[in-house]
Amino acid sequence: MAEQVYWDDVTEGTEISPLVKEPTTQQLVKYAGASGDYYQIHYDKEFAAGNELDGVILHGALKNAFLGELMTQWMGPEGSLKKLSCQYRGMDFPGQTITGKGTVTRKYQEQGQNLVDCEIWLENPEGRKTTPGEATVALPSRGS
Amino acid sequence: MTATPSFLTEEMRQQAIGLEGQPATTDVEKGAIIKFAEAIGDENPVFNDEAAARESRYGGLIAPPTFLRSVTSSRVVLPFDFPFERRLDGGSEWEYFVPIRPGDRITAVARIEDINEREGRLGVMIITSTKTTYRNQFDQVVATQTGTSIAY
Repeated sequence: MAEQVYWDDVTEGTEISPLVKEPTTQQLVKYAGASGDYYQIHYDKEFAAGNELDGVILHGALKNAFLGELMTQWMGPEGSLKKLSCQYRGMDFPGQTITGKGTVTRKYQEQGQNLVDCEIWLENPEGRKTTPGEATVALPSRGS
Repeated sequence: MTATPSFLTEEMRQQAIGLEGQPATTDVEKGAIIKFAEAIGDENPVFNDEAAARESRYGGLIAPPTFLRSVTSSRVVLPFDFPFERRLDGGSEWEYFVPIRPGDRITAVARIEDINEREGRLGVMIITSTKTTYRNQFDQVVATQTGTSIAY
């Protein structure tokens, strides 16, 4: 079973457990099929080159999904995702390892919920944050 | 210095902001949720294992956070065209209210929140911010998504 993180044990600066993803061209095709996004820059090399790209690139929304997994994995079965946002600042390519990371930036209570805001991002093998974002999750408390 | 020709006047902006797309409805199938989770490579059992999900606090399968990218989108038709064929996704901002389950009937309505012209690395770009509100069959707002799209 997945471990549970408790609001009581989290502080500002707590690191989110990293998520390592190894996207392949096959995954891009699967994602195109599952999402219905058939824009050719994600699977057609020549089309991508015609758009002045260095190859086929990951769907932004797939990177968004990786950040979703980063958060749902970290918050555990009793956590719940309230907000998730990201900006696509750099291209990511299949065949390159992409790592999701993050830190807690704010811990607070609101409307009876134990919340944390997190700064999150995906980084490429050079350590560049291609996809920065933010997330808010509600966590269980040990007392309740 | 020559001035950049403007493709988007203030009048056009005001015409566009607030425009809504036709509602688009999708029936959420269990298989589609499982397939989406597989495509993104998320092995959390609440997204793909009915028996395990039943033991969770959701009492059954739910959809991954970005699953709504796969439902039929509500598209806003602008009353004007831009001479740009290329586009990029700039980013996305989600807010979640109610979990999505197999059998749900989701209706999406998109609305233009903002539209601007910018000069960037790719030349002249039209940046559009669109907020989509997703409601289920009980008329509950399950989530909203504000997306930024860049045409260039």
